[in-house]
Amino acid sequence: MPPRDDPIEQHTISVLVDNEPGVLARVIGLFSGRGYNIESLTVAEVERHKSQSRITLVTSGTPMIIEQIKAQLDRLVPVHSVNDLTMEGPFVERELGLIKVQSTGEKRIEALRIADIFRARVVDSTTESFTFEVTGASGKLDAFIGLMKPLGLNDVSRTGVVAIARGSGGVLGTE
Amino acid sequence: MSDDQPTGAELILRALTDQGVDVVFGYPGGAVLPMYDALFRQNAIRHILVRHEQAAVHAAEGYARSTGKVGVVLVTSGPGATNAVTGLTDALMDSIPIVCLTGQVPTHLIGNDAFQECDTTGITRPCTKHNYLVKDVRVLARTIHEAFYVARSGRPGPVVVDLPKDVQFEPYPYEPPTDVEHKSYRPRRQPDNGAVAEAVELIANAKRPIFYTGGGIINSGPEAAATLRELVRLTGAPCTSTLMGLGAFPASDRQFLGMLGMHGTYEANLAMYNCDVMVNLGARFDDRVTGKISEFSPGSKKIHVDIDPSSINKNVAVDVPVIGDVGVVMEGMLALLNKRPVKPGGKALSAWWQQIEQWRGRDCLKFVQSTAPKAPIKPQYALKRLAELTAERDDVYITTEVGQHQMWAAQYLPFEQPNRWMTSGGLGTMGYGLPAAIGVQIAHPEALVIDVAGEASIMMNIQEMSTAAQYRLPVKVMVLNNFWMGMVRQWQELLHGERYSETYSEALPDFLRLAEAFGWVGLRCTKVSEVDDAIREMISVDRPVFLDMQVEKSENCFPMIPGGHAHYDMLLGPEDQSASPASEDGMVLV
Repeated sequence: MPPRDDPIEQHTISVLVDNEPGVLARVIGLFSGRGYNIESLTVAEVERHKSQSRITLVTSGTPMIIEQIKAQLDRLVPVHSVNDLTMEGPFVERELGLIKVQSTGEKRIEALRIADIFRARVVDSTTESFTFEVTGASGKLDAFIGLMKPLGLNDVSRTGVVAIARGSGGVLGTE
Repeated sequence: MSDDQPTGAELILRALTDQGVDVVFGYPGGAVLPMYDALFRQNAIRHILVRHEQAAVHAAEGYARSTGKVGVVLVTSGPGATNAVTGLTDALMDSIPIVCLTGQVPTHLIGNDAFQECDTTGITRPCTKHNYLVKDVRVLARTIHEAFYVARSGRPGPVVVDLPKDVQFEPYPYEPPTDVEHKSYRPRRQPDNGAVAEAVELIANAKRPIFYTGGGIINSGPEAAATLRELVRLTGAPCTSTLMGLGAFPASDRQFLGMLGMHGTYEANLAMYNCDVMVNLGARFDDRVTGKISEFSPGSKKIHVDIDPSSINKNVAVDVPVIGDVGVVMEGMLALLNKRPVKPGGKALSAWWQQIEQWRGRDCLKFVQSTAPKAPIKPQYALKRLAELTAERDDVYITTEVGQHQMWAAQYLPFEQPNRWMTSGGLGTMGYGLPAAIGVQIAHPEALVIDVAGEASIMMNIQEMSTAAQYRLPVKVMVLNNFWMGMVRQWQELLHGERYSETYSEALPDFLRLAEAFGWVGLRCTKVSEVDDAIREMISVDRPVFLDMQVEKSENCFPMIPGGHAHYDMLLGPEDQSASPASEDGMVLV
């Protein structure tokens, strides 16, 4: 057991996997089976002809646990690469949220005003509600949702984090 | 099939043959009928019919561990697959290469709760190294080849290939194995030279070094065991081994300190605690080895050689991790050590050896066997006599079940060579030993294969006596019968106020009549004066023999480090029991 006073760190990890049946279950099973945290997980195909998907994970733990998580992910057979974006330098991190607010009168106008400040777009509307699409780092979404609470927030759907390293390097390569 | 293309089932058998398989352990059923039909019509691969699918996996483990080859299992869908789960988990924990072929309901029925359907890949995902569901005959041969590659490379482990019945019927051209690199799984065998050099520097300058070796050396192969011997002798350092690593270094060598860990020797554990450089070769800092982590060898620099990067810094933070095949790494170490002008070891270690000899002088494995003819048999004595009466043979293979007898076997039977010791270490599976012995005997028909067992464990796969009888396998089962689930009883005695809850072996069968019923030879021995004759007879009879060796009931297994205690905190015998009560923290540990 690692010393209990080790600091808990949050890491964003990018995993390139073969898009085969069960690969997501392998990753999730690894986290639940070994008691690691998943704070966010997204997955989608990124290379159709090679049938590869990218999983972006946000997880937290002591440095020893984070090292374990990466090593455990890397030894799964269908995993091509594991990149700890938090360790490897600057990276861009984005999340998309769909946020539904139901209100009328001044509150409705205020919601629209704040949406403008956050560059949120209205993607659906009725006379008494808006559905906003807002994109940004997770903290920005948290802030936006916080502000909408008193203004009639009544539903939230978030994608979870996708992330990629800054600069020209990449893991897919050119063909 | 009227086509001259092979069916899926025939194609699988060709793939197995090309992978060097000559024996498969299995049990038929509806979803593998095409496989069994194909087996019937060929002679290249022998099928061994077990009596329970769990035993098929253990037999394949015994076969694999004693030969270095991949063990192969064939079971049906549903209960066939779920029964195999314990064996698969066992193989995963002990890094044994297994390919397990499971039948599945036809593809169009998958997900319909069909008869004998289960989600085999879902159930076995956490207990295999990898698994496959083959829904298309076009990738079938390739998948079988890949399964063997994954099972045996890197850190070995069990791989399941789930085979729907319609795929087994479908004809398709065979594809032989290729040497194309796997697209994502490429474990690293060659270590980083810098790390090896750093490790060698530490070893060469150590004042109190110790080699702590594990099952990884056995998995690396007999060459690795030979390299280990060279390395240990060159450095002059002491060597200890985990349960899984026994035999990699000869037990009779003066530099060998015996097994370490919870029931390890006094000298091995104290040397681990007091060393200044620890060289972990293919072991994984298991909790049975380390004891209390915060007091684990506090003053040492630790080198950890492992082929699996996830083993590094998992339980114990190390100073020099070396990722690679332990055999290759040791060769690199030897080469560098041989180039040094001053060889390590010699006088530099004399103070260390003096200290070790002092610990060794405690003779922690001593026991007192009364020589009165009717005296009860000490289990340690029975094993010591077994060792002595088989000492001149070099074809002795030992398997065990799990419990006190297993620890005594590890302590009192000397292993001089690798691949001679088959035991369930990581998972601790009672019922492992008899089927494993069957697998070993299949691989080594002329050898002396003995399952050292307890009367409780042996009952867990007792049905396999029938398998041994069918194939006329002269395996020996030597039960150290103390009428208790001894290890659990020992913990109840030490940690739970002697409340012996459900650990008495009530209503045991008459093992002599049981042996007879299965077509075995049954022997019984209850007095110390009968031990030698019983063992001699067990060995000389060229048939399967069940020896019911009734031993002293109250004997406990020492030395013992109670859960949550440190290496220096050993109970050496019954007189120590009250001196060191287990802490509350230790109580929750298993």
